[in-house]
Amino acid sequence: MRSDGGVWVLGEERGGAVHPVSYELLAWGRDLADKLREPLTCAILGNRVQETADTLIHHGADQVLVAANQALGTFLPDPYARILTTLVRDRRPSILLAAATTMGRTLMPILAAMLHTGLTADCTGLDVDPAERLLLQSRPAIGGNVMATIKTPHHRPQMATVRPKSRRPLPLDPGRTGNVIEHNVTSEDLASRISRLGFERDPTAEAPIQDADVIVAGGKGFQNAKRFSEVFQIAELLGAAVGASRMAVDQGWVSYAHQVGLSGKSVSPKLYLALGISGSANHLAGMSSSERIVAVNKDPEANILKVADFGIVGDLAEIVPVLLGQLRAVHKTVKRGDSDA
Amino acid sequence: MRRIVVLVKLVPATERVKMDPETGTMIRAGLEMVINPLDLYAVEAAVRIREQCKEKVRITAVTMAPPAADDAVREAIAMGCTEGIHLCSKAFAGSDTWATAYTLSQAVKRLDGVDLVLCGERATDGETGQVGPMVGTMLGMPVLTYVSCIDTSDAGRIAAHRAIEGGHEIVECPLPALISVVKEINEPRLPTLSGKIAARQARVPVWGPEEIEAEPDLLGLDGSPTRVVNIYYPTLTRTGEIVSTEDEPVEVCVARLIDFLRAEGAVEGGT
Repeated sequence: MRSDGGVWVLGEERGGAVHPVSYELLAWGRDLADKLREPLTCAILGNRVQETADTLIHHGADQVLVAANQALGTFLPDPYARILTTLVRDRRPSILLAAATTMGRTLMPILAAMLHTGLTADCTGLDVDPAERLLLQSRPAIGGNVMATIKTPHHRPQMATVRPKSRRPLPLDPGRTGNVIEHNVTSEDLASRISRLGFERDPTAEAPIQDADVIVAGGKGFQNAKRFSEVFQIAELLGAAVGASRMAVDQGWVSYAHQVGLSGKSVSPKLYLALGISGSANHLAGMSSSERIVAVNKDPEANILKVADFGIVGDLAEIVPVLLGQLRAVHKTVKRGDSDA
Repeated sequence: MRRIVVLVKLVPATERVKMDPETGTMIRAGLEMVINPLDLYAVEAAVRIREQCKEKVRITAVTMAPPAADDAVREAIAMGCTEGIHLCSKAFAGSDTWATAYTLSQAVKRLDGVDLVLCGERATDGETGQVGPMVGTMLGMPVLTYVSCIDTSDAGRIAAHRAIEGGHEIVECPLPALISVVKEINEPRLPTLSGKIAARQARVPVWGPEEIEAEPDLLGLDGSPTRVVNIYYPTLTRTGEIVSTEDEPVEVCVARLIDFLRAEGAVEGGT
C-alpha cells in the first residue's frame, strides 16, 4: 500500500470513557508527527466516543476519526478490523500506533495480516530516521538484555504497539483545536463471528502495582523467598506496592502479578525502589519512565544504577536490616509527633 | 472436531534457568533449546479436547525450525499429539512475525479438516504474541486471544474465557477458529514413557516452500516487512548520586537514602 503520510494512533474506549492509555499514545504520536511535519490523527471506536473527541484534541491530536456505535462499546475483532482497514485504505497513513493492551495486541496483528504490513510489538522507544523519514521502532530483544531497532522500509502503514505506562501524557491544553471526522458505521461493519456473552470482573486481575505512587521491587539479590519477604516489610513501611523482577517471579518468591518488565507489567510511579535488581533491558522496559528511581545493588556496574537518581552500591544482606531499622525509627518519630500535636 | 493443529516453537531455555540458592547467580544451561513453555498449555488443551470428544480427533503439531531441530514437535507428540510437521528451508530463514505467520498458515492450509488451531499466547524469546492472530487472520478464521478456558461441547462452535484487563470476557464463535492460550487454562501433563517412545520413533516430515505452495517472495527475510537495523545496549542517561558501602558505613549510606526518600515525600517527618 502507498501512503499519503500522517501519523495515526488508535485510541481506546473502555466502559464508555476514553482510556488514559490513549493520551500516552498521543504523546508518542505528537513527537513523531512534529518530527515529520505531518498531522496527528487519533482513530477511536466505541460507544460514546463522539462526546470525548475534544479531549483527544486537547491531548495532542490534530484530527479525530470517530466510529461510534453501541455495538462498538466493547472490542470485537471483526468489526474493529473491518472499520479500521477501511479507514486506513481510504486515508493511507504512514504510521499506525496502538497500545500493547490485550486489545492492541490482538487487533494490530490482525490488521497487519489484512493490510500486509510489518508490525513491531511492545516498543519502548519510537523515533524518526530524518533522512529516510522512516519510523524507528525500539524494543528489548533476545531475552531482554539488549535493545533492537526495527524499521518497516517498504510496507505501509508502519505499525507498532507501545507499552502502556512507558510514557506520560502531554499536559492538557484546552486551547488546542482540531477537526472531528465521523465514520458512518453500517450494519455490514458490525457483523461479527465472535459473540460476547458476558464479562466476569476479577478484583485480583488488576494488580495494584500499576496505580501505585511508590513501588518497592526486589530481585535475585534477595536469594530466597524468606529473604524476599523483606521487600514486603519495606513496602509496608513506605505505604508502597511490591514489584519484582522476572527472576524473582520465576523462582516462585512472589506471584506473577508483581512482575515488572517487558514480560510483566509496566509501571510509572512517582518513586521506584529497585533492590537487588540488576536492570536487564526487560526490566528497564517496565519501569524506566518512573519519576524517581532508587537502586541498591552490589554490582557498581549494574544497569539499574545508571538509571537511578539515588543508588547504594553494597550488600543487601547488610543494607536491608539497617534500612528496616531506620524506616521503623522514622515511623515511631512521626507517630509520636502526631500524638503530641 | 476432526483435526486440531497446535503451533509450537523452539526457544532458548531461559524459563528453565535455575539459580544457585547460595550465590544468587544464574546457573547457565548453555544453549539448550526447549519447546516454548506456553505451547505446552496449547498442546495440553488439544489433548484434553480429544479426550472429551466422542469421535476420533487428530492432533497435528506444526513447527518452523532450523534443520534437525524438530524437538518441539517431538515433545508435543510425547504429550499426546498424533503427528508432527517440521517446516524447514533456507528460504524461511530471517522471517519476521508476518513471514512466519504466512509460512505457518500456508502449511495449515495443506492439512485437511482443521477445525481448531491452538498456540501459546506468546513465545518466551521474542515475546511478540503476534504470530498466532496473524496466522488465524491469514486462514480467514476468527481469532480468540488470551484464552484461559475453553468449552467445545457445542458441536461446530467454541466458547471461551479471555483473560483481559480487569477480568474474564466470555465469548463464543463458530469453528474453525484460532485460539491463543494463557497459563491459567490447564496444567500440562508430563510425557508418558510410551509417549516418549512414540515421539522418538515418529517420522516427522519436513516441508519446504513447495510442499506448502508458498509464494517465494513472501518467505524469509525477503518476505518480511520489518528489518532489524540495529542491536544495542541501552544507553542509560540518568546521573544520580551513588554512594557505596565500601566508602562509607552502611548506616550512613542508608541515612542518605532516607534523606532522599524524605525529600521525595516518601517518608514523613523532618530530620
